[in-house]
Order: sequence, then structure tokens, then C-alpha cells
Amino acid sequence: MVQVFLIKYAEIAIKGKNRYLFEDALVRQMRRALYKIDGQFKVFKESGRVYVKAEAHFDYDEVVDCLQKIFGIVAICPIVQKAKMNFEELKKEVLAHIDSEYPDKNFTFKVFTRRVDKSFPMESNDVNAALGEAILEAFPETKVDVHDPEVKINVELRPTLVNIYSKSIPGQGGMPAGTAGKATLLLSGGIDSPVAGYMIAKRGVTLDAVYFHAPPYTSERAKEKVVDLAKLVAVYTGPIRLHVINFTDIQLYIYDQCPHDELTIIMRRYMMRIAEMIARESDSLGLITGESLGQVASQTIQSLAVTNEVCTLPVYRPLIAFDKDDIVKIAKKINTFETSILPYEDCCTIFVAKHPVTKPIVKAIAKSEENLAEKIDEMVARALETREIIDVEA
Amino acid sequence: MEAYLDNSATTRVLDSVKEIMIKTMTEDYGNPSSLHRKGVDAEHYVKAAREEIARTLKAKPAEIIFTSGGTESNNMAIIGTALANRRRGNHIITSTIEHASVYNVFGFLEEEGFRVSYVPVDEHGHLRIDELEKVLDDETILVSVMYVNNEIGSVNPIGEISKAVKTKCPRALIHVDAIQAYGKFRICPKQQGIDLLSVSAHKIHGPKGIGFLYVKEGTKIRPILYGGGQQKGMRSGTDNVPGAAGLGVAAREMYYDFDKKADYLYHIKETFIRRLGEVEGTRVNGLTGRDSAPHVVSVSFDGVRSEVLLHALEDKGVYVSSGSACSSNHPAVSGTLKGIGVEKEYLDATLRFSFSIFTTEEEIDYAIDCLKALLPVLRRYRRM
Repeated sequence: MVQVFLIKYAEIAIKGKNRYLFEDALVRQMRRALYKIDGQFKVFKESGRVYVKAEAHFDYDEVVDCLQKIFGIVAICPIVQKAKMNFEELKKEVLAHIDSEYPDKNFTFKVFTRRVDKSFPMESNDVNAALGEAILEAFPETKVDVHDPEVKINVELRPTLVNIYSKSIPGQGGMPAGTAGKATLLLSGGIDSPVAGYMIAKRGVTLDAVYFHAPPYTSERAKEKVVDLAKLVAVYTGPIRLHVINFTDIQLYIYDQCPHDELTIIMRRYMMRIAEMIARESDSLGLITGESLGQVASQTIQSLAVTNEVCTLPVYRPLIAFDKDDIVKIAKKINTFETSILPYEDCCTIFVAKHPVTKPIVKAIAKSEENLAEKIDEMVARALETREIIDVEA
Repeated sequence: MEAYLDNSATTRVLDSVKEIMIKTMTEDYGNPSSLHRKGVDAEHYVKAAREEIARTLKAKPAEIIFTSGGTESNNMAIIGTALANRRRGNHIITSTIEHASVYNVFGFLEEEGFRVSYVPVDEHGHLRIDELEKVLDDETILVSVMYVNNEIGSVNPIGEISKAVKTKCPRALIHVDAIQAYGKFRICPKQQGIDLLSVSAHKIHGPKGIGFLYVKEGTKIRPILYGGGQQKGMRSGTDNVPGAAGLGVAAREMYYDFDKKADYLYHIKETFIRRLGEVEGTRVNGLTGRDSAPHVVSVSFDGVRSEVLLHALEDKGVYVSSGSACSSNHPAVSGTLKGIGVEKEYLDATLRFSFSIFTTEEEIDYAIDCLKALLPVLRRYRRM
């Protein structure tokens, strides 16, 4: 069996002279993704169109599912693709297509022809009319509706090929992975950060990630959970380099030296500082967090101002104005939710005060941080030195 | 150094077990159901294992049914007898501190319309026989109790329990979950009035994925798995020859020179408890003498969360469980600890140390040293 898919992409088309770069990136991502599933696939470009030709032992649903996860694809259209032909042959193919795809012929339709091959003897409108007539004659239950048809039958007469299709399966949208530089994601085991990473990656950004591990307060399984989350996100984004930072000593030092109600906010500042150091050494041009305004004490507008203050790279917070329910919806859609809710402690909550500060002031926090002056630089350097690097692939 | 003190979760497989398993997987790998010699050769291993096991219980080989492990044995014992005896009565009894593979089966049968009584335990974790007597009635068909509790190592007086049951309800069946007891105690079902007894291989240095259910001759029980009719129709499915052979060897080894092994285990336990006295802010839950299991010690710690201590010990190569390994992944706190009245602040601050005949005094010393070093630090940093 052979099935050809026409791949539609929108945003890429407007990128002017860079267009071919984006198209090539998309083709690369598609090949990469399809390589992992059973079957033989050809991904090819032909006069401004991208096609996938699937052959031998493939599973239709698996192919569609795989393509649906690739950033940059707006729609996937299973098509009948034939070599250039005359009208009589075209009519036969269109009728056969309708007959096999729509067992119930009780629908309204419209034929929409694109004649790229100007040597075809009939004009687009004539083809529309003639095909419409043929369909009505062959399947009397069908009706024409040119304004709001239930089935839109597309016929493309291209220089060497003819495409016939009437179904369009929505894709992810966005931009192909690897077309927009790199950013570093602060990945916890929670619901939000994987979603944040996914959203930024959807704009074509490559991800690195940092996880702060605090043994023995957080377990080996909590770390494994984060690796699993990175794997789930990598299904969409491509490989992620995960830096695991042992944060325990720094955390305990802050505990010893600073007021307890400021513990979380100071900790967050050091997380941002460390993440930025990692970002800079790997040519990341920004940080990504899953912060959402007002969700917890460290995410009030005051707290965010205080944590942001230590960063010089831009910090992307795609969920900033999202309600939790909406974040959960995306987490479920991208399949990270079930893993995120596994009950392992994350390092932000282990020493959390009953009433942490919710309106911290930069000056006061910076003052408290002076108590850390003696050892903190050395500890941060050590944390970076002893980090574990895990290259995560889906 | 490493100290594996989580032998109630699982144990290391004996070399002799490993060898017979490799042999039955690579040389004598036939299917006992096959008619040819290769099948007959394989069948010999299963038969020999059944005989070895029967010998350790003073039972008949025909009374041993191989299962996939403790959970299946418990399921089969409870569901199989409840369904087979339903016409005689609808009432089944268990205790409040059973393992999930008993407790949840009772929950299932309760949903299916059985009347279930849960009998409480005293502060030592022993079933309250007076409370048991109160709930026994004409409808009672099954009483299921554990021999040794997996979390605190308490030992139920099985003989007394079955006597109390049989006096009031002569036809009620007694099922004993002996998964933590087999290999640690001399068990004789006939003398102790046990009708069904569950055992798992991997708790006695055998492989995972195999266990058995002792079913006293003449007990009315239905299978819970249907298929090719293996094991006289009681447990269909191709015989797990390597598993059964391994279990047979492990059973024989455990009961070889048994008194010496039991003495050694009690010696290890006593050493651990004595040395634990040097560690501040600790308390042992349940009994500690010869009236308790020789391989389990439950310890509560002042001002430390068990999970944190567990991971800190792990970092030093000391492996233990929090409460019970089987329940430690659940957010719900231990039923046993609650059942014996452990105070709320200790429910989340309790670790289980469990030993085997391979545990050494050096391992105990090392574990105690680690506790001494870790506890002061962990107590200093807490949630505010």
C-alpha cells in the first residue's frame, strides 16, 4: 500500500528569502521523526509543496500521529497522487476517491481546482463544473453547496502531478524545530515547566534544560521523573541536553544564613543565576520558566521582579497569564500531565516556610544574600562543576 | 561499604538457586506438559521442588500449588475459597493490618456482595482474639490473617487463632499469609490448624515471579485462572519450571540447619537493637524478643522524615524501606503503624530495617554509624 500526504505549512511561507531554510528544517524534522516508526517514507519537496510518501508496512494512524507532533506543520492531507492525466482519467480518479472515502454519500460538496499546469486544456472553473456534474450523476444523494460545503474536494493540476484530496488533519502549527536559536529551560518535576518548554520550542527554539536536584531531600526517582518529562517534551522539540545540578549544599547554606521566610525567593535567585551561567556557556540566548503570575508565593509580581533582577538574559515565561486549568489542558495534550503529577517532592518545597514572603523587596533580599558572601561563589562553582549532563532523546 | 537491610522487600538469590534456574532455562528447558522426554525431564524438577517444599511443611506434595508469587497466592486463597463456599455462608474475616494483597482482595469481595469484618490488633500488632470471637458467626466461611507482619515483624498466635475459629465455626477455613514467615519459623499447617498458606520465593533467596499456595487436602476451593488445566486444573498456565526449581532449592536451603539460621538472625536483630540504643531519639515499634520475627525491626526517629533519612542512608550505601516497601509508594501512611497506635508524628518518621542470613555484624555497625552521623544534620534542617 502507498499513501501520499500533502504537508501544509503557513508561517514558513511568509519568511521571504529564508523560506528554503525553514522548508529544509521542516523536511529534516519530518525525516528524523519518521525514521523512528515502522515503514518506508520519502519526504520530498516539489514546486513549493512538501510531501510524504509512505510505503510498505506502515500504520496510517501512527504516521499521522507522528506528523501531528512536528512543529511547523499546519495540516496533513492524505492525498491521491497520480502522474499528469487528461480530464476523463481525472474524473475516474475523483469518483473513485469519493466512493472509497465516503461510504455514506449523503453530504454537500464543492470542487476546488487549482490549475498550476496551464497546459491543461480546461480552466479551473470549467473543471469544477464538469467534476461537480459527474459527482452528482454518479452519487445522486450528494448535493452541491458552494458556500459552506461539508466536503471540499481539492484537485491540483500540477506540471507533472495530479493531487486529489478532501481531508485535512490539523497539525501542531508553529515553526520547525531548530530554526530559532537556543534557550535554557528551568525544568522541575511539576506541571508547568514542561508546558513552558514545549510552547517556546514550538516557535522553533532548541531547548537545553536545568534541573535542581536536592538529595537526600529529593529522591533518585524524582530525578528520573524529570528525565522522563524531558523525554516527553523531546518528542516535540527534538533532543534536550539536561543539566542536573546538585543544589543541596546551597540550599542548606541559605537555610543557615538567611531568614526562613526568604528562603524560597533567595533559592529561586540562585537557580536563575546558575541557569544563566549554564545558558551562557552553551550559547543559549534566553531562559524559560513555567512561572504563572500569582500561582505561588514565589510567583507574585513582586517576587518575579526580585528573581528577574539577577538575570541579564531575557526570561521567557510563556505561561505568565495562564490559569492553572489552561496549563493542565496543554499538559494533557502533550502527554506530560500523568508524569508531572507523580508524587515526588521537588526541591522548592522541602524547606518551604509556612508563611514565605509574598512581597519581597530587592534591596532587603540582596541584603540577606550578603550573609552568603563567604562561601556561596565557591558553592555555585562546585555545583556547576559536579553537574550531571544527560542527553535526552524521545 | 554497602549494607542491604531491606530483606523484607526482597532478597539476593542463592547461587545454588541461580544454577538450577540456568540449567532449567538452557538445558532442561522442556515444557512439562509435553509428552516427550524433554517434557518429562522438566517435569522432574517441578516434582522435586514440590516434594522439597512439602517436606518443609510436613505436608503432602499434592497440597502445594505453584503460583506467580505472594499476591497470586493470597488472591487465589481468598477469592477461590470465598467463591467455592459461598452457598455455605457470605461472611469473611480479616485483620486491619494485612498486606495490600489481602486487604484489597477483601475490598473486592465486599464490592461483590460479601460481608467483611476487619478485626483490630493490640499494641504489639497481634490479632485481638476476643474481638475475633465477637464477629465469628454461622455465616463465616473464611478467616485470613498474616503470620508475620511485614512492617513491624509482629507474630500472630496462629494456633490460638485457628482454635478460636474452629471452636465456634468448625467449617470456616483459615488462610495464613506466611510470606514474611516462611523460612523464618517452623510451620506445620496440620498442627497449627491452617487450611491455606501463602508463600513467596523472592523473600527467601529464591527468584521473583514464583510462589506457592498450600491448600490442605479436601479444602473446597476454585481456581482463579482457567486454561490448559495444569496443576490438576487448579492453576492453569505452563509450569514455571525455572521458578519452581529455584523455589524448591531455596526452601530446602532455608530449612537446612534451621535452628542455627534462626539463632543467627535473632543475634543480628538483637545486635542491631542494642546498638540502636546508642542513637539518640529513636524508638523501636513492636516487640523485639524471640516473640517477634527475627528479621524485621521498625524504628521511629524523632524529628526526621523517613523518606529523607532513607535517601540519606541510600547515599551511604545503606538500603532500607520506609514503613513497608509495598506501601511506600502510596501517599497513604502505614495501616500497620496506625493499627498498633503509633503516634501521628512518627507515622511519617519510621523506617524498616530487615535482615537475612547474609547480613553481617559489620553491616549493622556501618548502618548504625551512618545513622549517628546523619541524624544530627538532618534534624537541624527541617520544614518550618
